[in-house]
Amino acid sequence: MSQTATMTGTAPATATTEPSGPRPKPFFTPKRIIIYTTLVFFSLYFLFPLYVMVVTSFKTMPEIRFGNIFALPSQVTFDAWIKAWTSACTGLTCEGLAPGFWNSVKITIPSTIISIFIAAVNGYALVNWRFKGSEVFFAILIFGSFVPYQVFLYPLVIITRELGIFGTLQAVIVVHTIFGMPLLTLIFRNYFASLPVELFKAARVDGAGFWRIFFEIMLPMSLPIFVVALILQVTGIWNDFLFGVVFAGTQNYPMTVQLNNIVNSAQGTPEYNVNMAATVLTGLVPLIIYFVSGKLFVRGVAAGAVKG
Amino acid sequence: MADTAVATREGAADTGRPGFLKRTLLHNLPAKIAAIPMMAAVLVVFVGCTIWTVYYSFTNSRLLPTGKFVGFDQYERLFSTSRWNVSVTNLITYGVMSLVFTLGIGFLLAVLMDQKIRLESAFRTIMLYPFALSFIVTGLVWQWIMNPTLGLQGTMRNLGWTNFTFDWIANPRMVLFALLIAGLWQGVGFCMVLMLAGLRGVDEEIWKAARVDGIPTWRTYISIVLPMMRGVLVTAVVLIGSGIVRLYDLVVALTNGGPGISSEVPAKYVYNYMFSGGNIGQGLAAATMMLVTVLIIMIPWAYLEFGGKGRRA
Repeated sequence: MSQTATMTGTAPATATTEPSGPRPKPFFTPKRIIIYTTLVFFSLYFLFPLYVMVVTSFKTMPEIRFGNIFALPSQVTFDAWIKAWTSACTGLTCEGLAPGFWNSVKITIPSTIISIFIAAVNGYALVNWRFKGSEVFFAILIFGSFVPYQVFLYPLVIITRELGIFGTLQAVIVVHTIFGMPLLTLIFRNYFASLPVELFKAARVDGAGFWRIFFEIMLPMSLPIFVVALILQVTGIWNDFLFGVVFAGTQNYPMTVQLNNIVNSAQGTPEYNVNMAATVLTGLVPLIIYFVSGKLFVRGVAAGAVKG
Repeated sequence: MADTAVATREGAADTGRPGFLKRTLLHNLPAKIAAIPMMAAVLVVFVGCTIWTVYYSFTNSRLLPTGKFVGFDQYERLFSTSRWNVSVTNLITYGVMSLVFTLGIGFLLAVLMDQKIRLESAFRTIMLYPFALSFIVTGLVWQWIMNPTLGLQGTMRNLGWTNFTFDWIANPRMVLFALLIAGLWQGVGFCMVLMLAGLRGVDEEIWKAARVDGIPTWRTYISIVLPMMRGVLVTAVVLIGSGIVRLYDLVVALTNGGPGISSEVPAKYVYNYMFSGGNIGQGLAAATMMLVTVLIIMIPWAYLEFGGKGRRA
């Protein structure tokens, strides 16, 4: 609705400012002004929380109680950041976010490596070594990725308990590997399918087998897609909350769970500066990846949307 | 792709006349071994766990899943529990609003970004960065902004607008809009990126033809370009829709279901009954209802996308 309103608003305006014949192109046409105003308005909506988060984290509590979330801190202090990292309380312990950060690192690195490796092999097998039923498995995998995780949660608890890994880092890593599989397999399958099949045939004629072709021909050619998968997995696993809270066990809670506990289950008067410092710290890893990777991140999120 | 299959089959034939066992089981053996993790995940998790959940939702399992078969009792109880009914109503209300606004704003922003503007990549960076953040971070930031005393409302009142009201997070009738603002903040950029990719995929000739015919730009977008983007639109709806059904982290971080039960959602109901309510059967029945919801969305889509052309995903 809203876009039709703005569009109809611009149409007559452009019509009146455009006489016939060749026209000069001034930069500030009414149309341009409306476009940029709208974009700037939305940009403020997107940037406002980041600004508030950072500004609040540098303030002292008395200044926050003064009640102006727009104001810059009168005196920049890192106390809240130090407290958030080392001594903020979660309801159970008062060790800050640092243990959560390291747990997230211990979860993210192996999960990312294992899930990407398995998915790359899956994609390769699905494209170049199809066997009876391989497409059926793939179809179920893709369909399964739309089923809510709540459906699998309890049986997976039982399975991991039977395997003796429930409440450990291994359980979270296994679960991330399983649920990362559909999207990653899809991405790798599409990528390998786009490579010229002659390369594979030539290697087969030369007598190379499944693994040799994979490691010596396919992998060296698929660096870009590995980077895309890496970005997707690191941000996705770092941001996970549900699997961490269910499978990791209290000792191994990832950063998101610790953060939520610090803010939402701590007793006593809430310290908003500490809360916001903790929030920024938790968001920092995916944000750095986002800003460093730039267009590759866009490619990653779009890759999941393009079905092959 | 078909000729690769032929090529590999020829490869297998080289090794001699294959017997039945060789043709079925041993054919492509390394590939099958390599695909064991995928096959295990599909059979054990995606199929096995789903069947397990549906089966045990018909039992009276409480602390352990050992209960006896009770038919539809759990479902009757589910739909007579006000918390579940509130959760479902909330999900539908939030879902419809979220879908409409995400698509609407996403499309509007994509159209604006498509007007050969300056600083396009800067605008895109700004719009998409929330998508890189977790729902927990999103929820907590907005919880702070919407804090009635010290957040935006308090600030505006201190600055002189004493009637300024932005207490959605504490107001049972407005709390879903609070969720919506946070949810849109996180997801609109992604929708914009998808839509922009769709817009850029439209042939330049279409635009020239429309211009020659004197059709105004906005009309071209609505009547010609939008219908041509059907594929992108369907993808966006499916992705946003399946995200909405899973809505959990954002609620936990922003409102934790409150005030009262006014922002409860089904995923949270499932979690609470399974892991803190000690009533597994009830949680499984709720999970099964979530599965049914997704099937209702997915089956028509899968039929439209793949059924008509007679090929699989």
